[in-house]
Amino acid sequence: MDVKDIIKPENLVYERTKNLTDKALSYCPGCGHGVVHRLTMEVLEELQITQDTIGVASVGCSVLAYEFMNIDMTQAPHGRATAAATGIKRCWPDKYVFTYQGDGDLAAIGTAETIHSCNRGENFTVIFINNGIYGMTGGQMAPTTLPGMKSSTTPYGREVELMGNPIKMTELVAQLPGTYYVTRQSVHTPANVRKAKKAIRIAFENQKLNKGLSFVEIVSNCNSGWKMTPVDSNIWMEENMFPFYPLGDIKVNGELVTK
Amino acid sequence: MAKMKGAVVVDVERCKGCELCIVNCPQGVLANLKSQVNAKGYPYVYMKNPDDCTGCTNCAVVCPDGVLTVYRIKV
Ligand SMILES: Cc1ncc(C[n+]2csc(CCOP(=O)(O)OP(=O)(O)O)c2C)c(N)n1
Ligand code: SF4
Ligand code: SF4
Ligand code: SF4
Repeated sequence: MDVKDIIKPENLVYERTKNLTDKALSYCPGCGHGVVHRLTMEVLEELQITQDTIGVASVGCSVLAYEFMNIDMTQAPHGRATAAATGIKRCWPDKYVFTYQGDGDLAAIGTAETIHSCNRGENFTVIFINNGIYGMTGGQMAPTTLPGMKSSTTPYGREVELMGNPIKMTELVAQLPGTYYVTRQSVHTPANVRKAKKAIRIAFENQKLNKGLSFVEIVSNCNSGWKMTPVDSNIWMEENMFPFYPLGDIKVNGELVTK
Repeated sequence: MAKMKGAVVVDVERCKGCELCIVNCPQGVLANLKSQVNAKGYPYVYMKNPDDCTGCTNCAVVCPDGVLTVYRIKV
């Protein structure tokens, strides 16, 4: 059978969501940011809340997220996305609001805003892309950089005695009473992408319940910053990032998951 | 048992040649002809073994750049 007999509108099973603009993504080849953008937009489309959602982009490689997501968006100063989202959601409680932040943004310069928004139980969704590094500025060490991990500012590897420990923001915010749903996912295989999408969907559906903040970490590659091919970076991520940042739900329906 | 046959359309100009779709295709359908590049200079993927495609969508699901559209029929 010829592919021309298969490629017909009635046989369509997957196409790029219209919630993404036509612009080419500014991300490096193979970067997880692109997958998470797409999943977030697919979820809004499936929940039919595209018109009722406001996103807050942050500073980092995803600073231009509003160019790619075809929805109402704003862009907050570095680290302040959850503060901006707090204002938007409180003024407009019927809207669905989310932030989209990297680990440099959320776990370094924005630590105070992140922790207090989580603790206050603001009723929005945080999408947190943890690639263990400052991608945009050239691969410097982030608070999330693994012990021993090389970065442009730790060329011999992160030395914990000198540079301190990496921080697990997701486990930390799960301890706060204001978080309702806290999970860690990845988007490097088809199965993981499908799981991550379910998590993002729950994180948006929860906003209807008004029970607190939903926090979705995605452990993702920064293949440019890690100086690997996209395929190798995903293998490295499985071998090195996941043992330190284990995937799975940490808090569901306001209750810590006991493993 | 009904068999699934699939086909993938590559939006060539969007592809960045990252090869994540290639390693995540269970049927080994996709490949990258390194000699062919798009306007941005990226070597893009194509269906090397179209007969083996089942239309499972795995490639499209992992593609960061929304390059792939998937079609499927029962035969
Ligand atoms: C107030 C301020 N300080 C520092 C910077 C420089 N800066 C830009 S992006 C960035 C880190 C981004 O890293 P991350 O949040 O992990 O996102 P990624 O680029 O890895 O996706 C920094 C420090 C800035 N833009 N504004
Ligand atoms: S620098 Fe890293 S995080 Fe930024 S687009 Fe490239 S791979 Fe992605
Ligand atoms: S995953 Fe997408 S961008 Fe990467 S090579 Fe395949 S089609 Fe191209
Ligand atoms: S649809 Fe499935 S079988 Fe076909 S190319 Fe994509 S991953 Fe391979």
